[in-house]
Amino acid sequence: MASWGEASESRLIGKRITRLSGKDKVTGKAKYTFDINRPGMLYGRILRSEVARATVMGVDTSEAEALPGVKAVIPLIEIGNQLRYQGQEIAAVAAETDDIAKDAIRLIHVDLEELPHVVTEADAMADSAPQIREDWAGNQSEPNIREDGNLQAGFTEAAVEVEATYHTPVQTHVCLETHGHVVEWEDEQNLTIWASTQGVFGVRNDFAQHFELAPNQVRVITEHMGGGFGSKFGPGIEGRTAAELSRITGKAVKLMLTRKDEHLVAGNRPSMTQNVRAGATRDGRLIAYDMKGHGTGGISSGAGFPAPYVYHVPNLRTERVNVAVNAGNQRAMRAPGHPQAAFAMDSLMDELAEKLGMNPLEFRRINDANEVRQAQYTLGAQEIGWQRRNNVPGSGSGVKKRGMGVGSGQWGGGGGRGTEARVTINSDGTVEAVTGTQDIGTGVRTVIAIIVAEELGLAPTDIMVKVGDSQPGLQSGGSGGSQTTPSVAPVIKTAAAAAKQKLFERIAPMLEAPVGDLRVGTGTIYVVSDRTKTITWEQAAGQLGMESISEGGHWDEELRQNGAAGTQFAEVEVDTQTGALKVIKIVAIQDCGLAINRLTTESQVNGGVIMGLGQAILEERVMDPVTGRMLNANLEDYKVPGTFEIPEIKSIVFDTHRRVTGVGEPPCIPTPGAIANAVYNAIGVRIRELPLTPDKILTALAEKKA
Amino acid sequence: MSDKEKKQGTSISRRNFLKGVGTGTVAATVVPSVLIGSEEAAEAQAGDAISTATIQLNINEKMYEVEVEARTTLLTVLRDGTDTSGDNVDLTGAKLICDRGECGGCTVMVDGKSVYACMMLAIDAQGKKITTVEGLANGDDLHPVQEAFIQHDALMCGFCTPGFIVSSAALLNENKKPTLEEIKTGLSGNTCRCGTYPFIFDAVKTASRKM
Repeated sequence: MASWGEASESRLIGKRITRLSGKDKVTGKAKYTFDINRPGMLYGRILRSEVARATVMGVDTSEAEALPGVKAVIPLIEIGNQLRYQGQEIAAVAAETDDIAKDAIRLIHVDLEELPHVVTEADAMADSAPQIREDWAGNQSEPNIREDGNLQAGFTEAAVEVEATYHTPVQTHVCLETHGHVVEWEDEQNLTIWASTQGVFGVRNDFAQHFELAPNQVRVITEHMGGGFGSKFGPGIEGRTAAELSRITGKAVKLMLTRKDEHLVAGNRPSMTQNVRAGATRDGRLIAYDMKGHGTGGISSGAGFPAPYVYHVPNLRTERVNVAVNAGNQRAMRAPGHPQAAFAMDSLMDELAEKLGMNPLEFRRINDANEVRQAQYTLGAQEIGWQRRNNVPGSGSGVKKRGMGVGSGQWGGGGGRGTEARVTINSDGTVEAVTGTQDIGTGVRTVIAIIVAEELGLAPTDIMVKVGDSQPGLQSGGSGGSQTTPSVAPVIKTAAAAAKQKLFERIAPMLEAPVGDLRVGTGTIYVVSDRTKTITWEQAAGQLGMESISEGGHWDEELRQNGAAGTQFAEVEVDTQTGALKVIKIVAIQDCGLAINRLTTESQVNGGVIMGLGQAILEERVMDPVTGRMLNANLEDYKVPGTFEIPEIKSIVFDTHRRVTGVGEPPCIPTPGAIANAVYNAIGVRIRELPLTPDKILTALAEKKA
Repeated sequence: MSDKEKKQGTSISRRNFLKGVGTGTVAATVVPSVLIGSEEAAEAQAGDAISTATIQLNINEKMYEVEVEARTTLLTVLRDGTDTSGDNVDLTGAKLICDRGECGGCTVMVDGKSVYACMMLAIDAQGKKITTVEGLANGDDLHPVQEAFIQHDALMCGFCTPGFIVSSAALLNENKKPTLEEIKTGLSGNTCRCGTYPFIFDAVKTASRKM
């Protein structure tokens, strides 16, 4: 049975290893798609709709075409078709410089017949709303209904009840490198694409299908990638447009979205509204849960969320619908559906606990079947100093009031089959590890090096890792769902083990020892029964001559595990005069199985907490119902966390077993709930809508007084 | 204002706006979106040949001669500029992220002080000493800030990293031993979306001890 071995035997796995790409990233040498400059390259731009809903009556591109430096102008929508959200594509240009492309876009004249729009859920659900999706009566999808147990009996048994509405708004991903591509056709049958993507093979296959080419005629390269968070799968319209502009002009074309485009069309986290009625028994058991909810993913569906979340309720009924609005489509965003579900559930848990007169942590212990989180509750309470919290919410003295809260989360992250990899040992002692995954900032390149180096007795920096290129033809899946490391690590491990075995077979005769007696040391190979027979790695590899060893691997279920439980505790301080909320400390305890690289795992946990913090206190897409436009499609008005918002973060890598579990998403899940509960504990008034901005806090305080 | 501009009334293209106001921090001002594609905007562009100038810039202690328009930003020269000798400048460490002086991804040093390269016109950078992230290391010897960023894993995707590195180096130029609050203030003009801030703070502290 394959195993990662005991922690005590690991030289590298589980330690803190600096990432291989560090030097390139700190010196500016790392080349992202945005940085690719090809000879004679043109710059692409897309003209987008400024209105939320209209029929296209005409597009006049003649002036744009006449502008010196413009090489191509192509329409992206047919006359007579409907534009359904701000930002939808109308036409594209390619020009010698980005500034000329910008000028050319302004010279395209568009004749539109505006149609009535809806950009908020409330407007879309109103009786008088225009129908914006022909297949959805009342702009709502068919309800998704789930029933379990006996709801009425559950409420009869309940000693306390809470009825409340929780809401989280649409958030955008804010990838710092916008979505985009550089496309270059070598001839009519072969093209190379530098793509800012989370999945090189997905992009390759999409391009191949679109242009009716064989997959191996399309090469996709993603050496470094500037943030995706779930929004960068597939080339999108902008990718195909870049390829089309390149094909027409015969030149390489770079087409990156603008910051505004990125907010409007490159995906978002759907909103969530839950109208919940729930009950618990006197002894603290959740007993009944009735939820009617909705969310919007723009014009598309996909606004689902799990409810109830994490905690078990025996009697329930849930009903969810998607609401269509005239806004850009949702895309997966870091733990899709979960952070918003966790915020609602953890708020509800605290409200029920208070009605029972029970410590909210104790109430969770009773209702949470997960043993890992049970241990995390104990550890987290110690770390944050749970006994310091206000027993009576809002009872602190002074203008600035402190409070504490807790939140929980659950994710899968078990990986899957489908990754191919090769580990090659050359006679000069060099080692290559090649696979088709991509390093989107998670550090998987370094994880691969650590695994191979551990297996072969080398240093991570000795391993040449090649990822982010479809050309070697070694497939791997997209980097999403916290699946990368658990999908890739087992294959790399077994490939390295197979290469080592082959090397042992080749050098066993020279060492006059059975293959089974050979072991790797640190940069050496020795015979376990006779340590005088030790040779250096280079000597061993030197025996290979012209024949390199190159071995593949396989995915082994025993090397990974599904299921990542998380718990976070927050301490906050609220200024009751200004409404300013300062998060003082977050304790984040994240179950992650075997952390191959503890350093980069901590980075992942920090990053998840900070994204959750943004959702909790800052982030919201603001739509103007009158004009149908997004009012904050930039980085001034759409706030993401900056240095001043960062609390003390204690990230605890809670490694519960020796199997790999992905951890990219789960650390962002419990944060908003923990912070919202801490705010309640501080001021004694509940805010059921994110983000927790000063205006909401002041309004809530005023209502409490009144 | 010229007669022509007066006639156009409220219609302003980015280029004419720049001409009218002169140079400075207006580089990132965008045309109001209502004008995009409008007749006024087109009129503002038509028959208005783009004038260029050849300027010299001292970047990372090397002189470049580049042809620029009035509107060309320093960042555009660094990333997309071509020296009159025909070589691309190709200093792509500084990134364009927000395009309006909000995120710090394009931070470079101009005469030792951190500057948003997206907000500075190239012509205003003449006669000044420009240092980009590529110019911080001394050959293979990394700047202490760069070393510390690697050591503390103060980067993930790395797209914001060049801006943070330059801002951190500029901060330490002015304040050798910053407190945590001073680090937060010094780097408040930079944005990271992966959430690497805690380790960035650690890295700057480590670098300050080594400098």
